[in-house]
Amino acid sequence: MALYSDKVMDHFRNPRNVGVIEDADGVGEAGNPVCGDIMKIYLKIDNDTISDVKFETFGCGSAIASSSMATELIKGKPVEEAASLTNKAVTEALDGLPAHKLHCSVLAEEAIRAALKDYYDRHGIAYDENRFAAAIDCAHCHDAMPN
Amino acid sequence: MIYADNAATTKMSETAINAMLPYMNEIYGNPSSLYSFGQQAKEELEKARTRVAACLGCDPKEITFTSGGSEADNQAIFTAAKYGERKGKKHIISTAFEHHAVLHTLERLKKQGFEITLLDVHKNGVIDPSQVAEAIREDTCLVTIMYANNEIGTIQPIEEIGKICREKNVLFHTDAVQAAGHLHINVKEQNIDMLSLSAHKFHGPKGIGVLYAKRGIILDTLINGGAQERGKRAGTENLPAIMGMAAALEEACAGIDNYSEKLTALRDRLIEGLDKIPYGELNGDREKRLPGNVNFCFEGIEGESLLLLLDDKGICASSGSACTSGSLDPSHVLLAIGRPHEVAHGSLRLTIGEDTTEEDIDYMIEAVTEVVTYLRNMSPFWRDLTTGKRTHVFAK
Repeated sequence: MALYSDKVMDHFRNPRNVGVIEDADGVGEAGNPVCGDIMKIYLKIDNDTISDVKFETFGCGSAIASSSMATELIKGKPVEEAASLTNKAVTEALDGLPAHKLHCSVLAEEAIRAALKDYYDRHGIAYDENRFAAAIDCAHCHDAMPN
Repeated sequence: MIYADNAATTKMSETAINAMLPYMNEIYGNPSSLYSFGQQAKEELEKARTRVAACLGCDPKEITFTSGGSEADNQAIFTAAKYGERKGKKHIISTAFEHHAVLHTLERLKKQGFEITLLDVHKNGVIDPSQVAEAIREDTCLVTIMYANNEIGTIQPIEEIGKICREKNVLFHTDAVQAAGHLHINVKEQNIDMLSLSAHKFHGPKGIGVLYAKRGIILDTLINGGAQERGKRAGTENLPAIMGMAAALEEACAGIDNYSEKLTALRDRLIEGLDKIPYGELNGDREKRLPGNVNFCFEGIEGESLLLLLDDKGICASSGSACTSGSLDPSHVLLAIGRPHEVAHGSLRLTIGEDTTEEDIDYMIEAVTEVVTYLRNMSPFWRDLTTGKRTHVFAK
């Protein structure tokens, strides 16, 4: 009985899209060092499409796998579709995560949204503030924890 | 595979396995049975008790077999608490980095009105006996301090602590789960009133341990039922495990000096190698530590991903990160020695054993260095540290 699904281990061992985009159109970060995980997403956007995406992650196996999977899910997709990515979609694509690791997928969703918000801000594009509320700290860690 | 998690559990020794076998299908009688077949088992049980007592420097009557270290810790603490309550003494002294078997038991007592003082363990993870002397009050009923820490391996001055407790007439218990079979124990010389140990930490079987309680201390029962263990621990004795434990303890105690010398040299080689990784630091005192324990914190990485990648390289290790503990906070031990959360998440414990070779040590140094570098290269936290956006905790 392994801790993680084969998909999680695959994305953890061979993470897709690791790195930095120097001339990114949007950069977003979620998490903090005190909680033990930070995800940073770099987006390149052309014609309202995510033409390239890279990530850097400090965190556990599922945090790295979630970042990798999330970048795969939005790469080449219209911005609007990327903005609608849910942590549930990330988790499902990974064939599930242990209950106490669900917050890793939430972190991926938040980092992507933060990067898109940064893109909108930089380009003066209007957006719904509520939808792109900044992920200030990781209160969701606590929500996601089993009792 | 390199097994470097001997603080978690150990491989059983051949001696211990062979000592157990006859008690499964040959001498399998119940020691409580009247007929000679049962009495034969009883005799063997008492012989084992005598052998265990000899290893600890006590009388066989002072030995109670338990299911392991946790049960022994619970029973020792509840026993002292009961004595204390009767005399109106409801203050207990312990440390901030005890095993949870001690800390959670103390928390329970706190809810029952006991006052608990947890002594500071300093940056090096070693208590000063004077702290105990200062903390003891009129109403102190127990001092419980571990012999050696399970995560960072630091060794406490228990003989001196025991002496202070004797002088002040306060019961002294030590959780010696990590020490038994690895460090010399003599409960008389070390002024110990109660001591817990667990067989699987010294190449014995799992699920068996000992509570030593000095003559005159009447143990409070946790498990009620039959009259086994002089009525202090009900349940048919696990004779195969007890025989395995006695054999393992004798073997380990006889080999302590050789083993200690060999392991200390390997441990120091590992520490020196890992110390070359920048922005990492050894946790716990460099000298006053178990011969097999190495525990580091590395900045900018998280422990679970480190363990998984080391596992891929065939190394079994452990970490005190929140993700490996299944809780939100990293190890209470690392926090107790003053490591900030963000650093404690990046901890690695390697506990080597008798089978570890010099080649294993060199391979582990290489593997850990490689994995730490790899993880740092994808860590935005590490990037922030190297670009000065965040400040390093360690000097180098």
